[in-house]
Amino acid sequence: MTHDNTHAGKVIDDATGTAKVGHEWDGIEELDTPLPRWWLWTFYASIVFALVYVVLYPAIPMLHSASTGVLGWSSRGVLAEEVAHEKAEHQGVRDAIAATPIEALAADPKLQRAAIEGGRAAFKVNCVQCHGAGAAGATGYPNLNDDDWLWGGDLNTIQQTLVNGIRYPGNDATRSSLMPSFGKDGILTAAQVQDVVSFVRVLSKQDPANGASRRGAQIFADNCAVCHGANGEGNRSVGAPRLSDKIWLYGGDRASLVNTVTNAHAGVMPAWTGRLDPVTIKMLAVYVHSLGGGEAAPAPAPAPAPAASAAAAPPAGAAQ
Amino acid sequence: MATFMERHRKLERNVTLLGVLAFAAVTVGGIVEIAPLFWIDNTIEKVQGMRPYTPLEQAGRDIYVREGCYVCHSQMIRPFRDEVERYGHYSLAAESMYDHPFQWGSKRTGPDLARVGGKYSDEWQVQHLTAPRSVVPESIMPTYGFLKEQALDQGDMVPALQTLERVGVPYTKEEIAAANDDLKAQADPDADHAAFLKHYPGATVRDFDGDPKRLTEMDALVAYLQVLGTMVDVNAPAAQEHLAKEKGR
Repeated sequence: MTHDNTHAGKVIDDATGTAKVGHEWDGIEELDTPLPRWWLWTFYASIVFALVYVVLYPAIPMLHSASTGVLGWSSRGVLAEEVAHEKAEHQGVRDAIAATPIEALAADPKLQRAAIEGGRAAFKVNCVQCHGAGAAGATGYPNLNDDDWLWGGDLNTIQQTLVNGIRYPGNDATRSSLMPSFGKDGILTAAQVQDVVSFVRVLSKQDPANGASRRGAQIFADNCAVCHGANGEGNRSVGAPRLSDKIWLYGGDRASLVNTVTNAHAGVMPAWTGRLDPVTIKMLAVYVHSLGGGEAAPAPAPAPAPAASAAAAPPAGAAQ
Repeated sequence: MATFMERHRKLERNVTLLGVLAFAAVTVGGIVEIAPLFWIDNTIEKVQGMRPYTPLEQAGRDIYVREGCYVCHSQMIRPFRDEVERYGHYSLAAESMYDHPFQWGSKRTGPDLARVGGKYSDEWQVQHLTAPRSVVPESIMPTYGFLKEQALDQGDMVPALQTLERVGVPYTKEEIAAANDDLKAQADPDADHAAFLKHYPGATVRDFDGDPKRLTEMDALVAYLQVLGTMVDVNAPAAQEHLAKEKGR
């Protein structure tokens, strides 16, 4: 650095017409190019924006909370408004669904369509993880598209299953039944398990009858028929699956059946009451009922025990 | 103006002075942004129902961290309608006040887990961890079936709880002393639970992994998953009203 001549007045660079800063290193000098106007004004504008923002929105931390801002804005408040607005838009339809008994929805096609669509949306959030995006189920999780119901497939029964769940701890009205672990708990010997599985495979018309299945028939009558029925027709009052068809929840091959008889299964479905509001549960029931396997309500409805009456009159072709 | 520019020039040419003053400027910014969180009342909401994790849940939490679940799963539902409709009520700061370290995260390859507790059955959780694609065909989650084979070797839970107590989790002396017994009691439906439930009111006692004979890592992880987001009744009308009206956040 040679000398500092800023105080000696501005020196203008000939080539650019811009003032020089006034120092040089080995003959290289620095231009004092001013900031571009647009940049400068943007800078000032952002300062003004910040000042306005601080006044309008929560910003400055105080003793007990941040300043609230003139607008009184809060992210949670905005969400509450948005949800309330959305709710208000749907309130009419929801009220109508709430006021209509579930069996009577079919009489109003427009309302029924709304309920099915509402159920479809709720299904995608809450049910697909087990029952699958297309409600086709998976091993251990029932397919909801067919007419093969464990606990019953009329609207009220589906709704009751949704409300109270199945074997759901903490819900007193939950659907409950327990198949014994015949093999694990030593009720049947390993050979007896094999025999009864042979019989079940005959029942479901997968194998022709043989010696093992004939031995198994007696074991079945003694141990299994009380829930699954003498001919394996199932019993909806205890959620015992029909064994005489080819629809299996945990697999119908020999290995799966041996595992089922040995260790038993006790599938759990959560109770949705409390987690979902009653109207959403109703819409879900209507949606599931609409999937293809929905059944009419049992004709003679002797007040309680709908599951039992459903089991007493299984429609032809429908099962469990 | 000229004199100000002159002085600033001096600052620009003295690297020590520039360093000291730049540090001072950043310090002021930091204090203004961070320090108020320690005294402002609404940093952590006052809520009903929060309790420290039980030793079993804490052990499950350690497995959650060990396996890097946080790499794909967040535990923070933001206050937006799309998130609230999918995952449930938005998360409150109070709900992770006993989390050390917190698992909020920002990366969602899988869904948010802040309120996954109680949403699925234990059996589903076990099956999903063992074979994710058997229940969610499009899932890309790795399989964690080995957790069911591995006996829970959580080590001594007493110093674990002690450490947490030191960083502010209100475990009592009695709870710390009983940590190992409480851990076993929670996963054993046949044990005596009086002391355990006195320490952790509202905690659930059951066999979580479907194999009552063994205490496995799966027991611990499922116990942890099933308690996530369930302690505070966020949907209680009073809580809702309070949260919606609160300003300055």
